[in-house]
Amino acid sequence: MQIAICCENLKKTYPGKPPVEAVRGISFSVNAGECYGVLGPNGAGKTTTIEILEGLLDATSGSAEVLGMNWGTSANAIRQRIGVSLQETQLSERLTVRETLKLFRSFYSDGISAEQAVERVSLTAKRDVWVKNLSGGQKQRLAVATALVGNPDLIFLDEPTTGLDPSSRRELWEIIESFTDSGKTVMLTTHYMEEAERLCDRVAIFDNGEIITEGTPSALIQSLGAEHVIEFATDRRLEGGDLELLRQIETVDQVEMFEDQYRISLGHPHQVLPQLIDHLSDKHIAMTNLATRSATLEDVFVAKTGKQLSSD
Amino acid sequence: MHPIPTITITRLKEFVRRPEAVFWVYFFPVLMIVVLGVAFRNQTQETFDIDVIKNDRASVAVRQLEGQPQIAAHLVDAAESSLRLRAGRSVLAVTVIVDRGQEGFAYRFDAKRPGALAAKNIVDDILQAANGRVDAFTAEETQFDEPGGTYVDFLVPGLLGIGLMGGGMWGVGYAIVDMRIRKLLKRFMATPMRRSHFLLSMLLSRLVFMIPQIVLTLLVAYWMFDVRIYGSVGAVIFLVVLGAFEFAALGLMIGSRAQTVETASGLMNFVMLPMYTLCGVFFSYQRFPEFFHPVIRALPLTPIIDSLRAVMMDGDSLWNQWSEILVMLAWCVIPFSIAMLIFRWRE
Ligand SMILES: Nc1ncnc2c1ncn2[C@@H]1O[C@H](COP(=O)(O)OP(=O)(O)O)[C@@H](O)[C@H]1O
Ligand SMILES: [Mg+2]
Repeated sequence: MQIAICCENLKKTYPGKPPVEAVRGISFSVNAGECYGVLGPNGAGKTTTIEILEGLLDATSGSAEVLGMNWGTSANAIRQRIGVSLQETQLSERLTVRETLKLFRSFYSDGISAEQAVERVSLTAKRDVWVKNLSGGQKQRLAVATALVGNPDLIFLDEPTTGLDPSSRRELWEIIESFTDSGKTVMLTTHYMEEAERLCDRVAIFDNGEIITEGTPSALIQSLGAEHVIEFATDRRLEGGDLELLRQIETVDQVEMFEDQYRISLGHPHQVLPQLIDHLSDKHIAMTNLATRSATLEDVFVAKTGKQLSSD
Repeated sequence: MHPIPTITITRLKEFVRRPEAVFWVYFFPVLMIVVLGVAFRNQTQETFDIDVIKNDRASVAVRQLEGQPQIAAHLVDAAESSLRLRAGRSVLAVTVIVDRGQEGFAYRFDAKRPGALAAKNIVDDILQAANGRVDAFTAEETQFDEPGGTYVDFLVPGLLGIGLMGGGMWGVGYAIVDMRIRKLLKRFMATPMRRSHFLLSMLLSRLVFMIPQIVLTLLVAYWMFDVRIYGSVGAVIFLVVLGAFEFAALGLMIGSRAQTVETASGLMNFVMLPMYTLCGVFFSYQRFPEFFHPVIRALPLTPIIDSLRAVMMDGDSLWNQWSEILVMLAWCVIPFSIAMLIFRWRE
């Protein structure tokens, strides 16, 4: 199996007072043809890491190889074969979709035509519209098209769907999937766990400049040992003793409280639910907002860090 | 298509799609020429307002000055006249005095105020003649009326100079900072785009924008005020292109590190505002003290204006502008080299 990206012990400290250790020794590798996701909250070091791999930032220490090449010696050869969408680029407002893509296409010695790129991201109807008149989702699709126009083997997408509505997000997912379906490699960052679960073959969960766990989404969820989650709220606060009792119930893994919301991760809801309800009615505590669901990467993050991922 | 024409054409499209920018770049110099040209056109004949100070003999002077087309005499008291002189509403005060039965006149005026001396001479001539002086001979007067010597002729090279300066600063310096703020520069750095191609395209697009600006200014000046180029047109083109490169290089240097609009426009104003007043745009820098002239001549705006004036107004040759050309070349090479050393491409 070919390796598309390989980095070892990457560190990045932004100088300043005090200096910011944004990335603290990260190692991972991405196989060719894989969609690799970096999942983590704001400030986890996702952008810093992906920009080091894009050749836009110099690491403080550590090594990175992209498509078997080194940024120090073959920067231009790497740039010819990667496509990039940054977290916050504002493309020129008074250029049309097609003009923007023609501009980017002119930088590459090889690639697809602007027209083809427009088609790949389903912007054909908007191809002669100024960028400033596109919706947020359309702008983001155009940003992805600028990454595709050089016909890359590997694309980097930094939070491609942040701030988009659900249907725009789904449209982008389809574009990314069609790119991976053609055997190309994707590395993306996100703080949406459903995005990572849906798109990524493997996920690295980042927190505080470090990888806290890595694997396929399903393996990460299974590693919890508790594939279900019960969430509920109550009219009265539960006490420490109540939480301890809940933890004793068979197959319960963790019981946590976030503000007024409780979250139980567990193996078998049909065993736990009746006991939970009995216990609360014994104490005359009324339950509001009961929900059960399968565990997600969010729960993996919670289990590993004790923090919530999508607190924003 | 090759990136250089592509980036250049893209820049041009972005520019023409901003009507307000087009307006400022192309019509503002024209507007300045029209307004200043009309305000300072050579008047055929001026009328001077002068005061005659009230006293019992004042009517003598008033009568003698009556019916003179160049003089409008006003009878006012001394205190009011002082106020009028200070405010510039009159340029001269005449007092009739009687000295041992003989009438005489006293003049009060500020010789530094434009027109005051001329008014004094005219009034003096009239009063002397009215009181018996006889001219030794009658001089013949012919009006000099050739094009080329008016204030507008002086102004046009100055406006061309500030047009080139503003264009380089905004069109290159500010444009680059804007791209940096929008992370577009960083985005370009993630592509195989060559930095030299990018910079060359920024310069080229700047040169192309400049052509209509210069041509329009010259045409309007010619149509409305008969401003002509007495030297060679080739020399003017050479100087204008050199000036455009000079300010593009300066703009590049200003834009090489700035990361906010405020820094960029602050730096640009810091560079441009002193030059507007010092470099002889609206009035000759000869008015500043002599020891300061070498400094003024070393600024980037002075040599382009001086050499354009020499070629356009005096019909001087390009060779005689060698020292100005050398200064401009230095202002191309040094800022460009500094910009290349300190340029922030990736952040
Ligand atoms: N240019 C910079 N200078 C100083 N600190 C920075 C800079 N860029 C990012 N950081 C800090 O580094 C940390 C990681 O940032 P980033 O990589 O952008 O995280 P993410 O993309 O996961 O939100 C944050 O604490 C952020 O404030
Ligand atoms: Mg980020």
